[in-house]
Amino acid sequence: MRRNLIFILMSVEIMLNGAGIAFVAAGSRWGQPDGQIMFLFILAMAASEVSIGLALALRFYHQHGTLDADASSNMRG
Amino acid sequence: MEVAFYIAGAVAIISTVLTITRLNAVHALLYLIISLLAVAVVFYTMGAPLVAALEVIIYAGAIMVLFVFVVMMLNLGKRAANIERQWLQGNIWVGPVVLSAVLIAEIVYLILQARPPESTVGVVDPKQVGLALYGPYLIGVELVSMLLLGAVVGACHLGRPVTKKAEARYDRNSDGTRAHSGGNLIRAGAGRGPDAP
Repeated sequence: MRRNLIFILMSVEIMLNGAGIAFVAAGSRWGQPDGQIMFLFILAMAASEVSIGLALALRFYHQHGTLDADASSNMRG
Repeated sequence: MEVAFYIAGAVAIISTVLTITRLNAVHALLYLIISLLAVAVVFYTMGAPLVAALEVIIYAGAIMVLFVFVVMMLNLGKRAANIERQWLQGNIWVGPVVLSAVLIAEIVYLILQARPPESTVGVVDPKQVGLALYGPYLIGVELVSMLLLGAVVGACHLGRPVTKKAEARYDRNSDGTRAHSGGNLIRAGAGRGPDAP
């Protein structure tokens, strides 16, 4: 199992992208713009999620010296 | 148009599988960018040109640049430079080049087609999307703007420089904990370092 934080964030991006494809495909199946609008919302959400996630990953790396997510079981408080 | 859709979908699936199986963060990012470009072509063939453009501009342009910057910031130093040199020698670039050549050929073919693209499903043009976005979905746009504001404030807060004193204290604390736990955490993280092939 992968526990690298960067890879976790990348996989989240892939999953959000898959959800977006489903929305756009459904929207163009019925010829409605709603699917594309949902994709725009997903896009904004993914952008904010990845900025916060990468900032957290940088802090994590400075604190623990590794990107392994298991190292966070070391945290207290 | 049908053929273009299936080829782009195959490229997207192949590059996504290669993304999640790479051990190296930079290689995985390269394949992820190709996957996003292929998804953009899929959107275009599905009759959603606005979303295809936004996928290229925001996903492949902005979010991936963020990833590349963070990966760059995480391996600094002489050892990282040596690893870079090692990475450049291999034939690792053949896969991404082949996949993106397929995409380029497809886009050139679609552009050279003189007639406007006819797809089996209806084309939803940007005007319709804009009218719906600022009509019934206006409250959603406002909520998204609040979300982006929160993301900016959070990223600024998390990215602030830590003072030296606090850093030293945290270092001592975590060193003590590591020594107490037998150093298992350091070894757990060292196995998946950047020098994996």
